[in-house]
Amino acid sequence: MSGSNTRWTLIITNWAAISPHPSCGWQASRIGSKFFSSEHRTTTCDYHQHTFKRFGTLISSIHRSVRKSYKTTELQWRWLHSEEKGGVSHLLFPLQTLSMRSDPLLLPLKWEQVGLGVRSISTQIVRNRMKSVRNIQKITKAMKMVAASKLRAIQVRAENSRGLWQPFTALLGDTPSVNVKKNVIVTISSDKGLCGGINSTSVKISRALHRINAGPDTECKYVILGEKGKAQLIRDSKKDIELIMTELQKNFLNYTQVSVLADDILKNVEFDALRIVFNKFQSVVSFLPTTATVLSPEIVERESEAGGKIGSLDSYEIEGGETKSEVLQNLAEFQFSCVMFNAVLENACSEQGARMSAMDSSSRNAGDMLDRLTLTYNRTRQASITTELIEIISGASALEG
Amino acid sequence: MFRQAAHRLFTRSTTTTTTTIRRLYSTEVATDASSGDAAFVEAWKKVAPNIDPPKTPIQFMEPRPPTPSTLPSKLTVNFVLPYAAELSKAEVDMVIVPATTGQMGILPGHVPTIAELKPGLLSVHEGNDVKKYFISSGFAFVHSNSYADILAVEAVPLDRIDPAQVQKGLSEFTQKLNSASTDLDKAEAQIGVDVHSALNSALTG
Repeated sequence: MSGSNTRWTLIITNWAAISPHPSCGWQASRIGSKFFSSEHRTTTCDYHQHTFKRFGTLISSIHRSVRKSYKTTELQWRWLHSEEKGGVSHLLFPLQTLSMRSDPLLLPLKWEQVGLGVRSISTQIVRNRMKSVRNIQKITKAMKMVAASKLRAIQVRAENSRGLWQPFTALLGDTPSVNVKKNVIVTISSDKGLCGGINSTSVKISRALHRINAGPDTECKYVILGEKGKAQLIRDSKKDIELIMTELQKNFLNYTQVSVLADDILKNVEFDALRIVFNKFQSVVSFLPTTATVLSPEIVERESEAGGKIGSLDSYEIEGGETKSEVLQNLAEFQFSCVMFNAVLENACSEQGARMSAMDSSSRNAGDMLDRLTLTYNRTRQASITTELIEIISGASALEG
Repeated sequence: MFRQAAHRLFTRSTTTTTTTIRRLYSTEVATDASSGDAAFVEAWKKVAPNIDPPKTPIQFMEPRPPTPSTLPSKLTVNFVLPYAAELSKAEVDMVIVPATTGQMGILPGHVPTIAELKPGLLSVHEGNDVKKYFISSGFAFVHSNSYADILAVEAVPLDRIDPAQVQKGLSEFTQKLNSASTDLDKAEAQIGVDVHSALNSALTG
């Protein structure tokens, strides 16, 4: 092998780890990213002479510091055999295992910027990433617990309020396909995020209802409850939005609050039919988008004359109030507040349930990511320890030999 | 084998009367138009064919029985509040509700009525027991199939009301009524007076 025209490139990594040895005469950092090449003899027995001749004190001092510093486990050498002529074009790069280079988890860590990294820095990177993923896992687990406890509390109230809208549907029927001039879509959404897809579902349904009902002689407006619905609908339907209300759940949800809200809507928005869009809580993993329709008293009169389910309204005696229309007006307002109360509670339940399942899948993903990172970390660590051992042993045998 | 089949058929016919009734799943409960309002679903499919149409409340409700031909003996009462369903399908003899036109008694076979309620005493008569509640305003529907729905915002059993507080409230609101200046204040004070005097009469009467 001697006499062959091979170039050796000495790649020295992790300069920072080499402690400035008094005999070295140089600071590790100053060497930086230079690379060294020369034509060398390849046999180890010639190595020493050549180093002194060609590189003078530099290589020998490196070698001496290697001997002294291989007690520090931070140092890493790598000898590369290069057949190229015309200069070695290798730049210093950190020791990496092949698997680390192609590991999708670690690709975003910009290798170029790592530069003079070595085993320690690469494992450091992986360790940092593992720490952050572990923290995320803990946070999402905690959020799931919180959502579960909030769900328990609110589920009871939502189920108790289900009896409230049933008498109205029994009396007036359910007419989502009613054709009126002034439609108002009340979209109920959550204020906080990280709750899966329920807000997007509500908005999609609202938009589709808008498309069904907005025609040449009809109009369709939005009333939005909740920040997330507002953010989505304000992008393309800004001119159709009449009223926006947020921060509903800041105080404990109760009927008084919702009836004040309903009152606000009734006062400020002209409507013939109100279509309330919300997610009905069926179970912890299932939320059904639902739309409930509340008609204004005039439309109720019109529909009762037309026949159908409401047609039997005429057969009902009206007690109380001065006129029938006054009682119907009160009835419509009461119906709206009752249906709204149930809808808001059901949507809050769905929000907590969706948040639970979203956080659960997030912690599971974090766990998977952690497993893969652990494997990578162990592989890197073991490979670098093996390489270090090889260097030490070959260095030691070179000295003896 | 055929002997056993015959035996099994025989035993089955005698045991049907004694088998326990299986509780139905919610999906099996017959719903009125379980596929929703057909016209609505049609219109939806035209506009948004890829999205499932939303459900409507009628799909979540058990259908009410139709009007029976003979007079039923009992009245089925649903008394609901925003926070609870006090009575759900309770079979009673009579209910007396405080309608705005006065106390109204509802018996089985009552004509269908929509009654607006004022704050007052609601009593439910079942045999010899009478349950009394003080309700805030609400609505009462009586259907032709002898179903009565009573909706109220608040309902308190009478024994939970403190007479001393009632008197205090009454005097307070009467005072406010006398000193009220704006219409809104007057209306609020009037409401307070009405409720408290109703409470008073409910406690005494």
